[in-house]
Amino acid sequence: MTDDAGVHGADVPAGGPARGPATAGRVRSRPLARWRAVRLKGWGGVGAMAAACAVTASLTLLPLARSGADHALVSGPGTGTAVPVRADTCQAPEKSLAPSTADGPSIAAIKARGKLIVGVDQNSYRWGYRNPTTRTLEGFDIDLARAIATDILGSPDKIIFRAIPTNQRIAALEGDKVDLVVRTMTINCKRIQQVAFSTAYFQAGQQVLAPKDSSVKGYDSSLSGKRVCSAEGSTAYEALERNSFGATFRDEGDGTQADADRFTVPNQLDCLVRLQLGEVDAIVTDNALAAGQAAQDPAVELKGRPFTTEYYGVAAKLGNDDLVRRVNHVLVQYRKGPWMAAYDKWLRKDLPGIPGPPAPQYKDG
Amino acid sequence: MPPGGRGAWAVGKERLRAAATTEPGRLQILGAVLAVLVVVFGAVTAFEISDRASSADDVVSRSQPLSADAASIYRSLADADTAAASGFLAGAQEPAEVHKRYTDDIATASRLLVKAATNTDGSSESAREIATLNEQLPRYTGLVERARAANRQGLPLGGAYLRYANQQMTTQLLPAAERLYEAETKRLHEDDTSARAWPWLSLAVGVIALGALVWAQRRTYLRTNRVFNHGLLAATAASTVVLLWLAVGHTVARAELNDAREHGQNSLQVLNDARINSLKARANENLTLVARGAVLTDDGKKDKYETDYSTGMGKLDTALAQARELADDDAGRDPLAEAADRVAQWKQRHAGARATDDAGDYDGALAKVIGAQDSTGQSFDQVDAALEKALAHEQREFTRSAGDGRGALSGLPVGAAVLAVVAAAGAVMGINRRLSEYR
Repeated sequence: MTDDAGVHGADVPAGGPARGPATAGRVRSRPLARWRAVRLKGWGGVGAMAAACAVTASLTLLPLARSGADHALVSGPGTGTAVPVRADTCQAPEKSLAPSTADGPSIAAIKARGKLIVGVDQNSYRWGYRNPTTRTLEGFDIDLARAIATDILGSPDKIIFRAIPTNQRIAALEGDKVDLVVRTMTINCKRIQQVAFSTAYFQAGQQVLAPKDSSVKGYDSSLSGKRVCSAEGSTAYEALERNSFGATFRDEGDGTQADADRFTVPNQLDCLVRLQLGEVDAIVTDNALAAGQAAQDPAVELKGRPFTTEYYGVAAKLGNDDLVRRVNHVLVQYRKGPWMAAYDKWLRKDLPGIPGPPAPQYKDG
Repeated sequence: MPPGGRGAWAVGKERLRAAATTEPGRLQILGAVLAVLVVVFGAVTAFEISDRASSADDVVSRSQPLSADAASIYRSLADADTAAASGFLAGAQEPAEVHKRYTDDIATASRLLVKAATNTDGSSESAREIATLNEQLPRYTGLVERARAANRQGLPLGGAYLRYANQQMTTQLLPAAERLYEAETKRLHEDDTSARAWPWLSLAVGVIALGALVWAQRRTYLRTNRVFNHGLLAATAASTVVLLWLAVGHTVARAELNDAREHGQNSLQVLNDARINSLKARANENLTLVARGAVLTDDGKKDKYETDYSTGMGKLDTALAQARELADDDAGRDPLAEAADRVAQWKQRHAGARATDDAGDYDGALAKVIGAQDSTGQSFDQVDAALEKALAHEQREFTRSAGDGRGALSGLPVGAAVLAVVAAAGAVMGINRRLSEYR
């Protein structure tokens, strides 16, 4: 289980000017959205009108937002394109600390212990998964965790894996139960206030998964009239809420106890169950996870292109800068070869066409 | 000639009035009335008590077994779900005994559903639930088979299928089975109530017949100064026996049926409830490890299956406490004390298993849940065995009491009929003896 549940839209990328109407579309009060869409058509003399727009939007969106802090609106930085953007879309959250091999207190503690403790998933096929025949954890995330252990402690086996559920990732770091979390964890503005991320080690995005012979071609009008499955409260569900291309994707009683779990399900993998049983026609989810689904069913494949951009990072406890720098150092080496080997081993077959790892971005200093 | 019926009626009335003017005529009328009264008394008693006895028989041999069968269907389904999850956790190769438990449960449920269907009329509430169960059961087993196939290939998809199967079980099958159990138990209570209904008409007619016999003897005594008329005396004695037999027999039957209901059926209901909740809690405990934190509660803060486990254990505690209050002897109380001890141990072990899992030691947690020794699975099995023992005891109590209740009425309908004929003959003979004095 990864970001697909429990993120609640925090993963939406920064909205440029063109995203104005789309952002407005998130509002559940439709007439207002239409009204603003009409106003926004006259993009010519942006200035004053856009400012008015931002004020209107902040007044109307605030009470509707699920959590005020996440969804508060600010104006763009005085460029005249004062389109509403959300406060959590901070500037480039994937920028991390510069790499370094210098020991600090957290590296020293790990060395004293002799083992690196890493929080991982055991449910995500190809990423972090407990193979029932070998009883060991395996996948792309697991390989990366072992590479970090090798760099710090000299052996890929000087590592303790702790399987942690999605909702415990941050708590496990804060409670010092784990040194690192390598668990398909998306870097976003809300989380960088709670944990420290390494540089991005994988670029993912929302994508459509459907049977190979399906008429569904991607996140486009070919979804019209189809039944589409997504995980409850996921980025995919929110994307469908903004634009479903005429697909059916809501359950009666969504978000309540009465939720029938037909089109919206607790876990993204439940969508593949519904698809195999013929209860839905297509799935929208993170393509990294979709690759794990496709790997379990040769009759389905990823369709079209990813329509969002998300980055996965290794998370450490906030303030453990020496550890973050060390992980970034490992990632510099990892990107030069081992990354591609791990991609070939775990992902290429079902997630083809990725030329290489995302380039690291560093903060100043 | 006056027209037919009316004329005959008028003639009859005329004759009766003429007869009533002479003593022999009055005696003839009296004899006829007495004979009819005791025969009616016997007939009404035979009829009413046959009805009560057949209701009591329904309780013992039809509706209670059906209610128990419905409870078995309910339990088998819950047990199958628990076994499916246990087998799944054990890995690609399911242990043979767990697999057998699952197949036996499904077979039992299917067999009892057929039996229940043949005992149900097509339009009833029970029939609807049976139809639902018959539709859903193959779907459920299909999902479990898919889960197994995927698990065998080492695919996490298997876990998703198993959770979907569990969802079908808890949202479709188990509620239908519960409703079936409630409908069958309602039918049992109806039969029980009609078996216990007082035979008011018999009692009333009996009192009137006896009163008439006493009055006739007093009349004879006043007119002839003879204390005993043997015929009437025999009629009175026979009628008194029937009346007493009726009153005592039915009172005893009622008492036994009350006993069966209070000490048997009510305990059975609470114990079934306890057992189902222990099964649900166990299934959720297993699923906590199957889902591995993949499914959260609606607020996203807690693990769904862990939360459902706690809810199930809470209900189990409540049901056990109720059952202990209802238990009326040591044979009933002992297995409940055992069950309560094992539940406490189960909870303790569960907390240990959770702590191990939360610390990231999945294999350690798995051993603490499905291992052969010192596992929560062992505690669960002991709870289940203790509850089964308690259920068997209460079932015996019920069958014994209800059987005694039914027995208290046996022979009464035939006895009442025979004695009524004797009483009628006695009345007629007694009156004839008086009549002969006028010839």
